[in-house]
Amino acid sequence: MTDFGFTRAKSSTVNLDEVDTSLYRKMLQVEPDVKRCMECGSCSAVCTAAPLSGMSVRKVIHALERGVDIAPMLSGCMLCGKCTMVCPRGINTRHLILSLERYYKEEEKA
Amino acid sequence: MRPDFHPFVIPFCAGMAFVLGYCFFGMIHILFQLPRRDRRHFLLSLVNPKTAWKNIRDIFLNCLIHVKLWKRNPLLGYMHSSIAFGWFMLILLGHVEVLLFAPGHLSKFYYPIFFNFFVAKSEETIGGAVLFFLMDFFLLVVLSGITLAIIKRVRSLWFGMRRTTRPSVLDMIGLYSLWAIFPLRLLAEGFTAHISGGSFLIIPLNWIVRGFLGNEVNMVPTWWAYSIALGVFMAVLPFTRYMHIPSEMLLIPFRNAGLCIRHPRKGFAKIQVLSCPGCGVCIDACPMSAKKANIKDTTVYLNRQIRRRNEKRIEEISDKCMMCGKCTALCQVGVDGPLIRQAQRSMRKYAVEKDYSAAVSPTPVEKAEVAYFAGCMTQLTPGISRAVESLLKKAGVEYAFIDREGGLCCGRPLMMSGRIKEARELMQKTKESILASGCKTLLLSCPICYRVFREEYELEGIEVIHHSVYFYNLVKEGRLKPTRSDIHFVYHDPCELGRGSGIYEEPRKLLRTSCYLVEAAKNREESVCCSGSLGSLTLGFADRKELTEAALRNLTSDIPDAIATACPLCRSTFRRYSDIPVSDIAEVIDSRT
Ligand code: SF4
Ligand code: SF4
Ligand code: SF4
Ligand code: SF4
Repeated sequence: MTDFGFTRAKSSTVNLDEVDTSLYRKMLQVEPDVKRCMECGSCSAVCTAAPLSGMSVRKVIHALERGVDIAPMLSGCMLCGKCTMVCPRGINTRHLILSLERYYKEEEKA
Repeated sequence: MRPDFHPFVIPFCAGMAFVLGYCFFGMIHILFQLPRRDRRHFLLSLVNPKTAWKNIRDIFLNCLIHVKLWKRNPLLGYMHSSIAFGWFMLILLGHVEVLLFAPGHLSKFYYPIFFNFFVAKSEETIGGAVLFFLMDFFLLVVLSGITLAIIKRVRSLWFGMRRTTRPSVLDMIGLYSLWAIFPLRLLAEGFTAHISGGSFLIIPLNWIVRGFLGNEVNMVPTWWAYSIALGVFMAVLPFTRYMHIPSEMLLIPFRNAGLCIRHPRKGFAKIQVLSCPGCGVCIDACPMSAKKANIKDTTVYLNRQIRRRNEKRIEEISDKCMMCGKCTALCQVGVDGPLIRQAQRSMRKYAVEKDYSAAVSPTPVEKAEVAYFAGCMTQLTPGISRAVESLLKKAGVEYAFIDREGGLCCGRPLMMSGRIKEARELMQKTKESILASGCKTLLLSCPICYRVFREEYELEGIEVIHHSVYFYNLVKEGRLKPTRSDIHFVYHDPCELGRGSGIYEEPRKLLRTSCYLVEAAKNREESVCCSGSLGSLTLGFADRKELTEAALRNLTSDIPDAIATACPLCRSTFRRYSDIPVSDIAEVIDSRT
């Protein structure tokens, strides 16, 4: 095949009927404010861990809704609190992250 | 000679034996909960003459005289020391009496307590008039303390306490029996004073009671009542707040030995929890209590729930605290609420592994003696780092800006979340970039970073300095020459800089070079947290609003024109709700230089 210097992206279709959203539901229970996220991306812009693990609270919330694994992203978070400081919706992102890390496996098993 | 035993001593003896046994086994239990290294360290500290002397002095000053309470409120101090010291003297003098007048009975430990019942006045005891006088005197002192204690239950505000805790049923039993002990003792000794002798208090009382009530019938029942009151108090003591009396005597040597909290329920933490008398000072102190719903999350309730083993509440209380350290600063026992909570948080298991191995710690291109590390919070407030850089340039300081292009976190937020292992891993990374800069001085504009760099990093040969101190030194050396404006600033002591690191004066002196300074209603070690703290895990944005507003009210009590602080997080938090400008100290000085 001719090398054009780029390839087609993998399909990002998610079949919502098949994904496991238990962790997402758990999150809504622990930190219901998450529903107020307007995906402004402020948290991603300031994140100390973004260069390290691609961390972004916005993406984490997104990924959870779609049942995508979030552990690799979370693994770099330093709990520095910048995302909480900048979030215009006042979401307690650190508590969100800590709760996700805590319930991660538990939900996976269930 | 009167008989040397009477059945009425049994309640006292039983209570005393119980409480001594309980405390002895409790002490052994707690000693064995300490990690072996700590235990060795502690036992060695006991035989070290310097620590031993310190132990004795501290126990005397804190447990008997209650010096810290005197400083807080003289009436409260008098109430405590009159009961504690007065009672101690009664026991001590009781023993002296036995030693002098009935040395053969010293082995009976009820004898000194009920001396007046067992020993009749004789030629010899009359010689002890001074002792009798002292006994009466100290009894009067204790009684005055008890009277104050009764008044305090009704009018706690007179004693400088706005809110206290509600005692449990057992606490009430302990309280009432404690109140009963001394009036009963007075009465009992009054009934026997014509036989045993006495002094200015019980002899006249004897005339009165003999005249009105007749002695012989009442004498023995009152001694019974006195003994029962003592017995009941001793028997319930381990299960009430009065457990703080014996516990504190172990807490003080533990602290003087320099032990740390390693487990939230065992060893050092356990003895701290038991040493809390539930005075409630930490309720008024806690910035969270500005909101009524948070009152039950203060340290006194943490202690209570730990004693009751209420796991759910312990978790909630541990997660909410902002770790501002004010309760510890004001607690006269020295219960370290935030550290107990941190230990509690560290017990938690997380399913996602942290991995910082790929983290690249930034290294500055420039090499200089002075390295500036802004840290996460200053990166969110570029005004501060700009002011710091501008001041450094004005003073002609060569510097390297380590995390100009972004860096890693200092690790303190991770530590406060109880993730100590992960924090250490991250700190190692950050340490690398500090060392790579080859600096001699590490300049920090964030007190959170400052504290953790100073306490945990072990940066040998590098002076870790906060910018408020650094710039003050530059002004002193004449390298910065700020001019004075007529703006009245109030200075807010950031928790991590003030209580956390003991820096109160330099920022004030620095500010005075460029403006007028007024004080907040509560300042220095009583400063009120801005409530933006990273210490709290669960307090949300909305919960914090009310707390920040309360902190602002405290700050602006003297109607300043503007607020200065020395922490990027305080600055951001106050700016949200303040009606007057809020700046970092570097910005204030920079604008006047
Ligand atoms: S707390 Fe974690 S997610 Fe938030 S900014 Fe810091 S590193 Fe990023
Ligand atoms: S900053 Fe807050 S609102 Fe914006 S994307 Fe992040 S979590 Fe959502
Ligand atoms: S923790 Fe300290 S201040 Fe709080 S109730 Fe106990 S003794 Fe009093
Ligand atoms: S550390 Fe501060 S917030 Fe936490 S309980 Fe003590 S006073 Fe309250």
